[in-house]
Amino acid sequence: MSSPALQVEHVAKRFGALTALRDVTLHLDRGEVLGLIGDNGAGKSTLIKILCGYHRPDAGQLSVDGTPVVLRSVDHARSLGIDTVYQGLALVNELSVYHNMFLNRELRIGPLLDNRTMRRRAREHLADMGVTIGDVGVEVAKLSGGQRQAIAVARAVYSDARIILLDEPLAAMGAKEGTQILDLIRALKRRGDVSIIIIAHNYAQVLDVCDRVNLLQHGTVTFDRPTAEVTVEELTDLVVAEYRRGRKE
Amino acid sequence: MTALPATAFTAARRTGTFLVRWREASVLVVALAMAVYFQTSTDGVFLTHDNLRNIAQATAPAAIVAVGIVMLLVNGEIDLSVGVVAALTPFLVHYAVDLYGVPVLPALVLAVAIAAFIGWCNGVIVTKLRVPSLVATLGSYYFLLGVLLTTSDAYPAQIPAAAAGRIQSVLGAADWASLIWCLVVVALFHVVLTRTRWGLHTISVGGNLVGATEAGIRVHRIKIGNFMIAAVLGALAGLLEAFRINSIDPNIGGGTALTFTAISAAVIGGTALAGGSGTVIGALLGALILAELQNGFNLIGVSANPFQLILGGAILLSMIANQYLSRLRRTGAP
Repeated sequence: MSSPALQVEHVAKRFGALTALRDVTLHLDRGEVLGLIGDNGAGKSTLIKILCGYHRPDAGQLSVDGTPVVLRSVDHARSLGIDTVYQGLALVNELSVYHNMFLNRELRIGPLLDNRTMRRRAREHLADMGVTIGDVGVEVAKLSGGQRQAIAVARAVYSDARIILLDEPLAAMGAKEGTQILDLIRALKRRGDVSIIIIAHNYAQVLDVCDRVNLLQHGTVTFDRPTAEVTVEELTDLVVAEYRRGRKE
Repeated sequence: MTALPATAFTAARRTGTFLVRWREASVLVVALAMAVYFQTSTDGVFLTHDNLRNIAQATAPAAIVAVGIVMLLVNGEIDLSVGVVAALTPFLVHYAVDLYGVPVLPALVLAVAIAAFIGWCNGVIVTKLRVPSLVATLGSYYFLLGVLLTTSDAYPAQIPAAAAGRIQSVLGAADWASLIWCLVVVALFHVVLTRTRWGLHTISVGGNLVGATEAGIRVHRIKIGNFMIAAVLGALAGLLEAFRINSIDPNIGGGTALTFTAISAAVIGGTALAGGSGTVIGALLGALILAELQNGFNLIGVSANPFQLILGGAILLSMIANQYLSRLRRTGAP
């Protein structure tokens, strides 16, 4: 029995008077796609920011491949193979596609950027992933929402990441573009060496691509089941029930 | 008949695309056109050896300071104190040499190091203490001006005798010395901004602060570094000016003139204040245009007063053009 790719035990996080995460325990198996759903304010983004090394938890333990770790920074998490695609995508509009692909891990010859190699590798890698961008030298500002998302995902994949965190990858995206991203995630899944956590609002899409789904409510995981054993209606009911309870209180 | 306007249209479009893609080109065109205009209206005096030297000497310090300003503007910050750093640095050399007996070269290094430290302080106040740079550097402007005027009693000082001769020539007194320093600085920072990791991260921090942080870029380090670059370039410009005019004058940058000229040069050169984009070569051309204007007006005999009118108009026009061009670059349509 191998240890899970990522294990989260009793993690808590407060911001002043606000308790963002009360007590979160979850695991991500190797090669698995885990869907993390929950209402706004349930703590999904805080959890992602802890997993990627952006925030430090107040309590609890993270383990990568069974080894306990304390993530000191985003860079440190990256060095352990954890990469994140943020909701804001962390793309710089003023830079080209290939500079964005290599942002903060630029290839260099001496002190100078090795633009030629970065350009070529970005082109090859995007083609491998089935992302069609006419010219990787074009500024990211000129691309569509779907293309931007695809580049952000492709960047995370290219980094040799073994664990990829996707924060609302389908938010603000048309149905067609969303499908392209889901295809990208499926292609990753087939590769088998990447484990993925997806934060999502759209339950149908979660069930479509995820192996297992966790529901986060009020800073703790209240529901954990394989997607094969759960329906969209069931998930919706869970969240609606919570909403009703909230109204009564 | 119909073919001609069509061809003209394509040609215009092509020129337009060229200007959009290489934005320094439009500034260069203005600089050249201005040279032609002043050359004809001054009966050939404008482009004589002596006058070109005058223009070069006016361009160099403004351009050097403007390079630092460009780095900061691209970074999404600004430094209003850089002109006083320029005025203060030669005094620091003077104090070290004449009051404390430090040899000239170590004194120069010390003065530049102090300038770098001032830039570091600005950067720390802006990043760690979260004071907007406009306010932070306004504060350091007055503070440093106070230091300068108190220590110097607002009187000019002599260049230290030990610095006369070779050092003074190299550091600005020789005819083209300041221009050569300026071109070296411009070339160096053009490469830094467009071809190095530092430049890429500077653009990223100014273009998308949150995204740059999320990508793991050490945002504070980049910003503090660029404040230090701006201050050191200010120091260099101040030293060159002092050695050139053979006097250490507290009023060189003590007013806001040098800072404002440098910001104007950066803006006219095509650097936006929003952060994320800018050009070092454009800043040089911007400084050249301002020097040409001032010099040309002098030669024609126009009073210095309308110069401000033209300067204001030029800044507004180039900002409007900037907005228009960046929209064109982004979307392909105005």
